[in-house]
Amino acid sequence: MSGPKDAVGETMGETLLAVDGVSLGFGGVKAITDVSFDIRKGEIRAIIGPNGAGKTSMLNVINGFYHPQQGRITYKGQTRSRMRPYQAASQGIARTFQNVALFRGMSTLDNIMVGRTLRMHRGLFWQMLRFGPAMREEIDHRRHVEDIIDFLQIEAIRKTPVGKLPYGLQKRVELGRALAMEPELLLLDEPMAGMNMEEKEDMCRYILDLNRHFGTTIALIEHDIGVVMDLSDRVVVLEYGHKIADGTPEEVKADPKVIDAYLGVGH
Amino acid sequence: MFYRETGQFKQNYAADSAVFPILQDRYGLAIIMVIAFVAIPMFGSEFLLASVMIPFLILSLGAIGLNILVGYTGLLSLGTAGFMGVGAYAAYKLSTMFPQVNILVWILCSGFFAAGIGVIFGLPSLRIKGFYLAVATLAAQFFLQWCFVRVAWLYNYNPSGAIEVPGRTLFGIAITGPMATPVNRYYVVLGVVVVMTLIASNIVHGRIGRTWMAVRDMDIAAQLMGIRLLPAKLLAFAVSSFYCGVAGALMVFLWLGAAEPSAFDIKLSFLLLFMVIIGGLGSLIGSFMGAALIHILPIFIRALPESLGLPVAAATVEHLTYLIVGALIIFFLIVEPHGLARLWQITKQKLRVWPFPY
Repeated sequence: MSGPKDAVGETMGETLLAVDGVSLGFGGVKAITDVSFDIRKGEIRAIIGPNGAGKTSMLNVINGFYHPQQGRITYKGQTRSRMRPYQAASQGIARTFQNVALFRGMSTLDNIMVGRTLRMHRGLFWQMLRFGPAMREEIDHRRHVEDIIDFLQIEAIRKTPVGKLPYGLQKRVELGRALAMEPELLLLDEPMAGMNMEEKEDMCRYILDLNRHFGTTIALIEHDIGVVMDLSDRVVVLEYGHKIADGTPEEVKADPKVIDAYLGVGH
Repeated sequence: MFYRETGQFKQNYAADSAVFPILQDRYGLAIIMVIAFVAIPMFGSEFLLASVMIPFLILSLGAIGLNILVGYTGLLSLGTAGFMGVGAYAAYKLSTMFPQVNILVWILCSGFFAAGIGVIFGLPSLRIKGFYLAVATLAAQFFLQWCFVRVAWLYNYNPSGAIEVPGRTLFGIAITGPMATPVNRYYVVLGVVVVMTLIASNIVHGRIGRTWMAVRDMDIAAQLMGIRLLPAKLLAFAVSSFYCGVAGALMVFLWLGAAEPSAFDIKLSFLLLFMVIIGGLGSLIGSFMGAALIHILPIFIRALPESLGLPVAAATVEHLTYLIVGALIIFFLIVEPHGLARLWQITKQKLRVWPFPY
């Protein structure tokens, strides 16, 4: 595993996103306390931690759903005290959800087409005609979406309403929808939760392919420690909203604080 | 048996993205068009045209407008009749202020006035959803109806408080007012409804329609795709109110001939909402089916005993009609809560694989 990782390591270096001293609270509950870490271009960055550690809240801060009370977020050299969902989306941050958040009434194809929304520009007038430029645009984007469908091997379910699909496929469609945005930074919130071994292996393969061939930077939350250790370049560990460790999988695995957090500590 | 798509291969994405990708559907649509444009005006009685088809088409158009809002964007509205009234009064004011301009232009322009009002009353939709939004739009309904009664300028200070449609022509043929024949009015209504349905179909099958449905199904994920909720919802309000406004203008100018403010009361809003729910949320065909069930079916049932020669008193027929229509509505909603359009879809799916159901 070390060979290819080093190859990736050479192309990395530049910081794509950095969170600096972020604190987030809901009333009296502190979800995140003074957490700082960075995500470098081209890496797979894992965020792990026990339940309620603030991992999903962290992703919500990054793509602008939650606005932190303190701290700064630097993305592509621009420093902000908060992101907004539209800004995040238009600057290339895509995301999947822990509980699948597909558009249930729409087909697989339409779901993934929604991911192209920001790249489609024909206005109401041409949309009303569905002819000429509007139709050409629609077909161009359809072609792109079909490439994603091929990549994820979901050709057979293109026209199926996603509400009828089994869970594993829904997760895959959701990944497809995020990919349709051609993201620079892809946030995956437990992409392998509730999957069986084979589905997990498939998903790992897609994530690695994305990272290696398309150079997409990936930040993922995952509970399967085996998967995290194999996939990721660097790991950040949260517990009760605090960062307790940050480093390569090997470093994190050996960190006594991480071991305490996961296995408990004798008092 | 006949409804098979075997052998119909799509060579390109354009053909596959068509609104009706299956050949039989296109034939079916063509047959319906021929019936609507040729058979009904040729063989239909004056009663059929004036009291069945014209109201049916106008109500369908209103239902399409409401369906864009409720069915496609998931925003519950009870202000439909108010927005229809805006269209009607706008068309009336415009046509009496500028009588030299063609009435059809003013009917379509009245949609823009309704759209503007719709956008204003759609502003709360960013913050509130579901039943709470329904109550907010209910305010629009009451406020607009109050305007129609109290603002005398809207009905040109007419002592009766009603608006009366002036006679207007299109290419020298009377299409509104007492001189217009039902056939001419029918053709105008049919033309407007067909074109506007086509446009609605184009919108909902393209980027904008997907945006609306994304907002309806999962607004958080929609925001992540870069969809801004307020513009998307306001556009839905605008387009929806435009359709309702045109439907309202058509209703006064080509169906009723004159209207009092009570024509646009809350009962009409509910009627259209029922049509949309029974027909099928998020389906244009469903809007027509819902309008047919609620408008045409009672007329049909009322006429049935007489045509069969059964000696039933008129009052009894009226009561029976309410009973039967009510029972049918409950029946359809139990069989398929997603409306007639879904029932139709399931039927087509069954036909495709008949006689082997797998």
